[in-house]
Amino acid sequence: MIQLEKLTADQSPAQSVKTLPKDRKRGFNRVLPPVGLFVVIIIIWEIISASLSGSRKFLLPTPQSVVIHGLLARDAYSEILPSFVRTSVLALGGFGVAIVLGMLVAAVMYRFRWLEKAVFPYLVALQAVPVLAVAPLMAVVFGYSFVAKGIIVVLIAFFPIPANFLLGLRSVDSGLDDLFRLHRASWWTRFWKLAFPNALPQLLTGFRISAGLAVVGAIVGEEFFQAGVPGLGIRLLQYLQDVEYNRLYGALILSSFLGIGFYLIFTWIANRVLRNWHESVIQQES
Amino acid sequence: MKTIAETGAFLNAPHMSTPSLSFEGVGLTYKDGTETLRDINLKVERDEFVSVVGPSGCGKSTLLKVASGLVEATQGNVVADRDRLGYVFQDATLLPWRTVASNVGLLAELHGVAKQERERRVQEAIELVGLSGFADRHPRRLSGGMRMRASLARSLTMDPEVFLFDEPFGALDEITRERLNDELVQLFLARHFAGLFVTHSIYEAVYLSTRVVVMSPRPGRIVAEFSIPFSYPRGPEVRFSPEFAQIASNISSALRGTELE
Ligand SMILES: Nc1ncnc2c1ncn2[C@@H]1O[C@H](COP(=O)(O)OP(=O)(O)O)[C@@H](O)[C@H]1O
Ligand SMILES: [Mg+2]
Repeated sequence: MIQLEKLTADQSPAQSVKTLPKDRKRGFNRVLPPVGLFVVIIIIWEIISASLSGSRKFLLPTPQSVVIHGLLARDAYSEILPSFVRTSVLALGGFGVAIVLGMLVAAVMYRFRWLEKAVFPYLVALQAVPVLAVAPLMAVVFGYSFVAKGIIVVLIAFFPIPANFLLGLRSVDSGLDDLFRLHRASWWTRFWKLAFPNALPQLLTGFRISAGLAVVGAIVGEEFFQAGVPGLGIRLLQYLQDVEYNRLYGALILSSFLGIGFYLIFTWIANRVLRNWHESVIQQES
Repeated sequence: MKTIAETGAFLNAPHMSTPSLSFEGVGLTYKDGTETLRDINLKVERDEFVSVVGPSGCGKSTLLKVASGLVEATQGNVVADRDRLGYVFQDATLLPWRTVASNVGLLAELHGVAKQERERRVQEAIELVGLSGFADRHPRRLSGGMRMRASLARSLTMDPEVFLFDEPFGALDEITRERLNDELVQLFLARHFAGLFVTHSIYEAVYLSTRVVVMSPRPGRIVAEFSIPFSYPRGPEVRFSPEFAQIASNISSALRGTELE
C-alpha cells in the first residue's frame, strides 16, 4: 500500500510525459464500445425496418428517413427545436428547484438529527407516490401551467439530492471530525470546511441521477398536461396521433439526447470538481 | 534547508513550573459501560517526552483523547494547557480536497490567525518537515510518510506546548519511520514541548523518550515506568547499544507480565 503510494508520488514528473499516448488509447477504449454498439443498433434497426411488410412499414421508418424527414427537413426542425428548448428549460428549472430544496432539506436534517428521523420516512414515501396520480391535483391547484409541470419534474427528480447529500454530510471521517472539535470549530465552520466539501462526491452523484430523472419528469409532465407551449412530450403525442412516425422517432431521439446530455454535463462537472482528490475519479483514471 | 535547531531558535524559550499535562487519578468508563482507564496518574512537563506502550485495545488512544479534552474523564482530574495543543492522529487526517499548504494552514485558520501570519507559519512548518517542494500537492499524491509530515506540520503551526501523538508512524515502513523518529527528536529539542507519544513499538518508545510507561490490558492502568538515560541527540548507534537492548527487554517483559495477569 505505502510502497504503491510512494511510487506514484515519485514518478509524477515522468507521468506527464508518459500519459499522452496512454490517455489517447484509454479514451479510445472508452469510446469504442458504445460507438460499436451504436452502429450495431442502427444496422438492426435497418434490418427490422426493411423486413416489415408494406402496410406496417410506417411503424418503423429507416434511420436515414428519420434523420432526413423527422429532424433535418426545414418544417420538422423548425417545429421540434423550439420544443426541445422548451423541454430543456422545464427540466432545468425543475432540476434547479430540486437542487436548492433538496440541499436545504438535507442540511437541515443534518443539523437536527430528530428532524431527519421525522422527515426521512416521508421523503422515501414521496418516492413511492405515483406521480401521475398526483398530477390531476396539480392541475386543479395550479392549472395547466408551467408551474404544474415544474412540480412534476421536482417530484420525480427530488429524492436523490437530499438522500445523497445527507449521506455525504454524515460520512465525515471521525478523525477529521475530532480535529475540528479539538480546535473548537463552530457548527457552521464544521459544515462549510468539512461536511460540505466532504459531501461533494455524493452530492454530485445525486445531481447526475436527478438530472436524468428531471428529463423524464419534464416529458411526463408535458404529456400529462398537454397544454401551454408544446415541448417534446406534447410533440410525441401529437406525432403519434398524426401518424408522423418520422418525426415521432426524431422527437424520441432528441428526448434521449436531452437525458444523455444532462447526464454527461454533470459527469463532466463532477470529474472537474473532484479530479484532485476523490477515489471514484482516481479509479476511473487507473 | 534550515536545520530544525536554527528555525526553532526564536521560538519560545521553555518556562518551567507546573506540569503542562497531568493526570490525577483519572478513570474513564464509556457510555456503553466499557471501563477503559482506571486510576491513571501521570505528569508530563515541558522538555519531557513520554511514550506509552500497551497491548492493543488497552486504552492508549483513549488516554490521549482524555488528555486533549475530546473525551471527558469520568473520574479524577486532567490538567492540560489546551490553548496550544498539538495532536497527531494515527491517520494523517488531511482534508483530501485541500493542498498540503492549505491543510497545514487549517488550524491557524480555525483559530482566526490573520492571513499573512498564517502564511508565514505555514511556510515555516512546511520547510521544517521537509515538504517544501510539495506545498501545492493534494494528499492523494503524497506517500504515507509525506502525509504524516504534512500532519506534523499542521500541528507545528500552533507551536504546541503539549504535543500528543497517537501511533503516528505505525503505518509507515521501517526506514521512513526511523527517519521521522530522528526528525521528531530534533523538533522536540528545538520546540521544548511536553510530548505524550503512543506507540506499539518498544524500540521507537525507547529511542524517542525521556520516559516510557507501560499500560495493562483494559481497563488500562499504568503498571510500570522506565526512565531512559540516553542524552539527546541520540545517534543511530544508540539503537544497537547493549544498554538499549537491556531497557527494551525490561519493557518487553513488563508488557508480557500485564498480559499474563
Ligand atoms: N467511543 C467508545 N465507546 C465505547 N468504547 C470505546 C470507544 N472508543 C474506544 N472504546 C473501547 O475502549 C477500548 C480502548 O480503546 P482504545 O483507546 O482505542 O485502545 P488502544 O488505542 O490502546 O488500542 C477498546 O476496547 C475500545 O473498543
Ligand atoms: Mg489506538
